[in-house]
Amino acid sequence: MSETLILTRRWGRPGSAKLESYRADGGYRALDKALGLDPAAIVDEVKKSNLRGRGGAGFATGLKWTFLPKDVRPRYLTVNADESEPGTFKDRYIIEHDPHMLIEGIALTCYALDIHLAYVYIRGEFAKQARILEQALAEARAAGVIGPRLLGKKDFALDVFVHRGAGAYICGEESALLESLEGKKGYPRLKPPFPAVVGLWGKPTIINNVETIANIPWIVEHGGEAFAALGVGKSGGTRLFGVSGHVNQPGVYEKPVHYSLKKLIFEDAGGIVGGRKLKAVIPGGSSAPVLAASEIDISLEFDAVKAAGSMSGSGGVIVFDESACMVRALARIAKFYAEESCGQCTPCREGTSWMEGIIEKLEHGHGTAADVARLEQVAGNIAGQTICALGDAAAMPVQSFLKKFKAEFLQHAELRRCPVGEHGWGLEQASRAALVGGVRY
Amino acid sequence: MTNSRPSAAVDELPREKVEHFDRDLAEILKRYPPDRKEAAMIPALRIGQEIFGHVSAAVQRLAADRLGVPPARAEEVATFYVMFHTEPIGRHLVEVCTNVSCCLTGGERIFEHLKRKLELASGGTTRDGRITLREVECLGSCGTAPAMLVDEEMHERVTLDQVDGIVGGLK
Repeated sequence: MSETLILTRRWGRPGSAKLESYRADGGYRALDKALGLDPAAIVDEVKKSNLRGRGGAGFATGLKWTFLPKDVRPRYLTVNADESEPGTFKDRYIIEHDPHMLIEGIALTCYALDIHLAYVYIRGEFAKQARILEQALAEARAAGVIGPRLLGKKDFALDVFVHRGAGAYICGEESALLESLEGKKGYPRLKPPFPAVVGLWGKPTIINNVETIANIPWIVEHGGEAFAALGVGKSGGTRLFGVSGHVNQPGVYEKPVHYSLKKLIFEDAGGIVGGRKLKAVIPGGSSAPVLAASEIDISLEFDAVKAAGSMSGSGGVIVFDESACMVRALARIAKFYAEESCGQCTPCREGTSWMEGIIEKLEHGHGTAADVARLEQVAGNIAGQTICALGDAAAMPVQSFLKKFKAEFLQHAELRRCPVGEHGWGLEQASRAALVGGVRY
Repeated sequence: MTNSRPSAAVDELPREKVEHFDRDLAEILKRYPPDRKEAAMIPALRIGQEIFGHVSAAVQRLAADRLGVPPARAEEVATFYVMFHTEPIGRHLVEVCTNVSCCLTGGERIFEHLKRKLELASGGTTRDGRITLREVECLGSCGTAPAMLVDEEMHERVTLDQVDGIVGGLK
């Protein structure tokens, strides 16, 4: 049985980012079909599809859409293209290879929800991807796909604009994203109210990840049930999994949502470099609790990974082989969260820097067993104590590394040095060719 | 509402460049509702940085004035986002990712090599003003790690030799 590919099927084809090529492959057919449907019927299909948010939280997309209050207008759509979670590199390729699939998803979502203005918030570092998307939008506008009348025939106006960020991980958090889009620093908002009720400029706003929205055309064309059937239980469809680190063939793999983590690493990504042993895996971006090598025989479906004590998050799988020092790896992760904490909440602002300092101290042989205990305590005092999820995102790696690899931390304290030494990042080698949706990079 | 006295600082800016700024800003403002001009603060500062080299206090005041908000609103944005430079930087900006996936494939080694070669700490600028070097967070290039940005252009799967070539070619 051949695998169904939704998101990557056109990647690597010459001119795949062009409107003409997208149309030749059946693009905008779903939008054409939708214009003959009642908008509520589209929402129903998305509910039936069991599509869950691909940005990290895995929240049911159709359900999120129903949180919009019925009588308040205008409503807005913002598409989250702030892809910044370490280990995550998928949305950029959707934009590079198939921007019109995203635009069609935006048009369908807006038509379904009676939204006439949408922004794609893209991280500032993605200059090339922003250019590609701007060009695709210009093409779509010039061809009358979007603009005053959808596909030039339906009396439904839609404007879609790109809004580039300027370097801040926190702006991937949906309420910080809205603040940033309003022209402010990215301070997350207190919730509730949630953005679906009080969002951009105080109006109801739906915020969905790029990959989430890119699935909508397929769902409208083939039906929600067909999408649900590709997955399992309450999770429908395929997903983009990014595999990086110590594997022979890193890359982006489109697989059913419930694909095996073990297969992904050992078959698709070609196993561990140099035939070395697997040590640990972070299964869903750097915030996700780490799994030991013995824990990876699991399904990647959101609830299954949760049951295994971690999270499927953004689908970014980071692989460490036996040569890696887990203290050094955690020190770098802790540094990231300290760097990216917005500074609004005390536990996160102060705690992330403390954690970074303690782990650095341990890695460099200046720490004690008491520091290991203190680290645990600081992490426990951040988790659940902040306005947004960044505090938890910073605490979870620390708590899980300590749970799974505590002996290594204590060994650093005992030896007063890193046992792996300056090559704590493992036995490095030239990076391997990546396979991104079947395209060699 | 326009700030009553933006001009003291803004007047220091060359008039031609201010006109260039106003033209580019007018284009960008088409993306936002007319009563929501302040949403364009990030693009306005980016345009300012491109035209004036960095977002000095005067450039911040210019952006705030044109968007009808107090200068503090421009300052809060200029200092929050890492892609804005409130002080002058080198002619070229070299940014190396040292996050986990990049380091598992040699990112830290590349950054250390460049620091030694250019005799700089992170954030430093060479004496001839040619290069500013800094360490940055994940660039979303983990599958094609290690990655670096040179003047906003992404270089992926870079080796030490390639890095020397890329950096050596910057004028």
